[in-house]
Amino acid sequence: MKPSFRHRPLDWGRANLFSSPANSLLTVLALALLWQLAPPLVGWGVLRASWGAGDPETCRQAGGACWTLLTEKHRLMLFGVYPYEQHWRPLLAMALFVALLATSANRRFWRPWLAALWLLTVLGIGILMWGGVLGLVPVETAQWGGLPLTLVIAVLAIAMAFPFSILLALGRRSDLPAIKALSVGYIELVRGVPLVSVLFMASVMFPLFLPEGVTIDKALRALVGMTLFTAAYLAEAVRGGLQAIPRGQFEAADVLGLSYWQAMRLIILPQALRLVIPPIVNQFITCFKDTSLVTIVGLYDLLAATKAALNDPGWRPFFVEGYLAAALVYFCFCFFMSRYSQWLERELNRDRR
Amino acid sequence: MAAPIVELCDVNKWFGAFHVLKDITLEVAKGEKVVVCGPSGSGKSTMIRCINRLEEHQSGRIVVDGVELADDIKAIDAVRRRVGMVFQSFNLFPHLTVLENLTLAPVRVAGMAPRDAEATAMALLERVRIPEQAGKFPGQLSGGQQQRVAIARALCLKPAVMLFDEPTSALDPEMVGEVLDVMSGLAAEGMTMICVTHEMGFARAVADTMVFMDEGRIVEIAPPARFFDHPANERTKRFLGKIIGH
Amino acid sequence: MTGGRASIWGSTRFRGLVYQVLVVAVVVALGGWLVHNTLVNLEVRGIATGFGFLEREAGFGISENLISYTPADSYARALTVGLLNTLVVSAIGIVLATLLGTVLGVARLSGNWLVGRLASVYVEAVRNVPLLLQLFVWYGVLTALPGARQALHPLPGLYLSNRGLVIPSLDWSQGWLPVLEIPSLVGFNFVGGLTLSPEFAALLAGLTIYTAAFIAEIVRAGILAVPKGQTEAALSLGLSPGQILRLVVLPQALRVIVPPLTSQYLNICKNSPLAIAIGYPDLVAVSNTAINQTGQAVEGVTVVMVVFLALSLALSGLMNWYNKRVALVSR
Repeated sequence: MKPSFRHRPLDWGRANLFSSPANSLLTVLALALLWQLAPPLVGWGVLRASWGAGDPETCRQAGGACWTLLTEKHRLMLFGVYPYEQHWRPLLAMALFVALLATSANRRFWRPWLAALWLLTVLGIGILMWGGVLGLVPVETAQWGGLPLTLVIAVLAIAMAFPFSILLALGRRSDLPAIKALSVGYIELVRGVPLVSVLFMASVMFPLFLPEGVTIDKALRALVGMTLFTAAYLAEAVRGGLQAIPRGQFEAADVLGLSYWQAMRLIILPQALRLVIPPIVNQFITCFKDTSLVTIVGLYDLLAATKAALNDPGWRPFFVEGYLAAALVYFCFCFFMSRYSQWLERELNRDRR
Repeated sequence: MAAPIVELCDVNKWFGAFHVLKDITLEVAKGEKVVVCGPSGSGKSTMIRCINRLEEHQSGRIVVDGVELADDIKAIDAVRRRVGMVFQSFNLFPHLTVLENLTLAPVRVAGMAPRDAEATAMALLERVRIPEQAGKFPGQLSGGQQQRVAIARALCLKPAVMLFDEPTSALDPEMVGEVLDVMSGLAAEGMTMICVTHEMGFARAVADTMVFMDEGRIVEIAPPARFFDHPANERTKRFLGKIIGH
Repeated sequence: MTGGRASIWGSTRFRGLVYQVLVVAVVVALGGWLVHNTLVNLEVRGIATGFGFLEREAGFGISENLISYTPADSYARALTVGLLNTLVVSAIGIVLATLLGTVLGVARLSGNWLVGRLASVYVEAVRNVPLLLQLFVWYGVLTALPGARQALHPLPGLYLSNRGLVIPSLDWSQGWLPVLEIPSLVGFNFVGGLTLSPEFAALLAGLTIYTAAFIAEIVRAGILAVPKGQTEAALSLGLSPGQILRLVVLPQALRVIVPPLTSQYLNICKNSPLAIAIGYPDLVAVSNTAINQTGQAVEGVTVVMVVFLALSLALSGLMNWYNKRVALVSR
């Protein structure tokens, strides 16, 4: 019996769209919804849209989406108030960064040298952004902005929070009551309060905490706030991994005479951290999205730079286009990272048989 | 016989309100093979786990090779260097290769040169008859192979005493033999061994002394011939009847 | 023998104690140093300390208040107004997000391909874009709406204009039973009904739409966690698909769903301070105004943190109690 190929789409439709009266009704409703939404969207976004260079007036006359905004303002949105003729530097920094991420995504490269590569690349990005050496014009962090700032804060916050979170997670599992209490207290306190408050605290209170006369940079304050906040959440992810390690592993390490720190470094953490890579990637996604909150304490990240681009009264009516573009950037990063994390989880599970 | 290498004297232990070990007194001489048996929950595992302080006893004395176990890190380290342990669930480190599992403690704890540690490890793998698996990860081996690797790992620090905590209970029946063979070989070489096991054939062939435990007490200590053929205690008889009966 | 040199340093308990004392000492020293610096800085800047300011007159207006409030009221009352605003938007957000999220989660698993796809697109699009960005969009859309005269009127009793969202309300003043009050447009104004400000509506929409995407994933995972055998057993008993979902699958899925759902509810509360970016006067916004006026940052931030910690504890307590009720009894 040869199944008739021509009937397959029909069979598929019957099975997946019209299997029961209720199902058929749902399909019809969904189609009606699409019918209502799709034509106006296409009309706005494509047919009546204005493209290329121009000014707000051309957009207003066209009556559709104003992609002209992006042509005119994309440099401001992407790089904020970074000196215009120096934009190649943040651009190169981002390229380096994406290359670094792509390299790290490959499991074959999970070797000690990768950590060194991270350190080098971050250093390289720092030199590129700051300048002041190698004939690069110095650029203060106050002028950093746009996507590079978002990336720098997200990556550094995760990277710095990571070692701290391991200590917190170990502390939470410790037999020593005072150390356990301190870790639990920190983790629960931070997880109980909103990030906005932590960032406010960082921007308002850090200057008070430091000895008189010592000031720290606004971007650095936000970074410290993000780090302290992220560490508490990461610690819980790491704890999950530690809990998944059977007690026999601890005992076997004990019996062989390994010290606590040797057992952790050589036996427990290598296994636990491998387990928690997917949740760590997810935490990174959250951190990446959360970076948008630095807008509130006055930094020009991607979102704030977009908002600044829309401050121009002429362009203001076209805020949807601007935010859509920024959303697309965030979406690309987050979506691919979350897909990667899901894939990785499956891979790691398969390895464990 | 000479002075005992392992000595337990009036050892008591509680888990909360539960009295797991009651006045345990046991002496093991150098080279002696002791098999501990008894129903589940009788405290046999807890007893041998006290010998290398995986569990802490609350009263009584435990002396291993002249070192008394107390709340003293040096003493605990010294005892653990002299005592090897094999677990029911192998507890190999899954992220390290077989060879790395074996060289870890010699290099990191005993400060041996990696090259020497590898040579020792390969010799031990020969002895447990799986040198060809040195580069594999534990997850790629069968249960019997893993347990043999675990025995080799425990031997790496050249222990004076080996503890076995139900080493064959987690194995498929067809793999039990290969592990017992390795253990018999070890016994023949004169190793001091304390085994918790239900393998009565092995016990009869290898043991110098049988220890029967029930409800946290040592009920009977006897040489295997007398233990199996003329058990003195009623509870021993009943236990043997149950496990040898079928 | 262990010998007489078994120093006290060899004891694991003693070492543990020493480590703990050291760590606590370091933490206390660091804390003390920070407190000292703060006190010095405050003195140099001439900023008062203590919670005395709570009694003083706030002197600023708050655009939305559930309890009566004027600028002549105290800071304490201003903060209470902010807290109530936070609670209201979080509570309504929790209810709406749960409803929308459950529908989406079930839709993602639906046998209907088109519906499943639409739900997936929603979830992926919404949860991969920062909430703050979404808030800006909703707020922008709401304030760009036409004025009251040209208000959008998508459903009877529902008006959307740049003054916000007008919805029907219940009037309890007419006696025993509440009377449904349908708003209507008279001249430039709406008569009857309940008017939600654009700020409130945008925040509520943002929180609901964003969190629903996460709740949908939780619901889906919970349903998937129920073994297939359960559905098969129910089918063999002759239950209908609707009955299976309602009587067999959902009650079991709830056990898996409740703990992560709790953290999503907490997230709604903790995300509500984003209100500050669009000008809704929640607790954090009010406390920020207070901090700006008095300079008492430490106290202002403390109030906010204490309130949110209390909120977290209360909500997790409630959900733990509920979780115990739905937990399976075994052994």
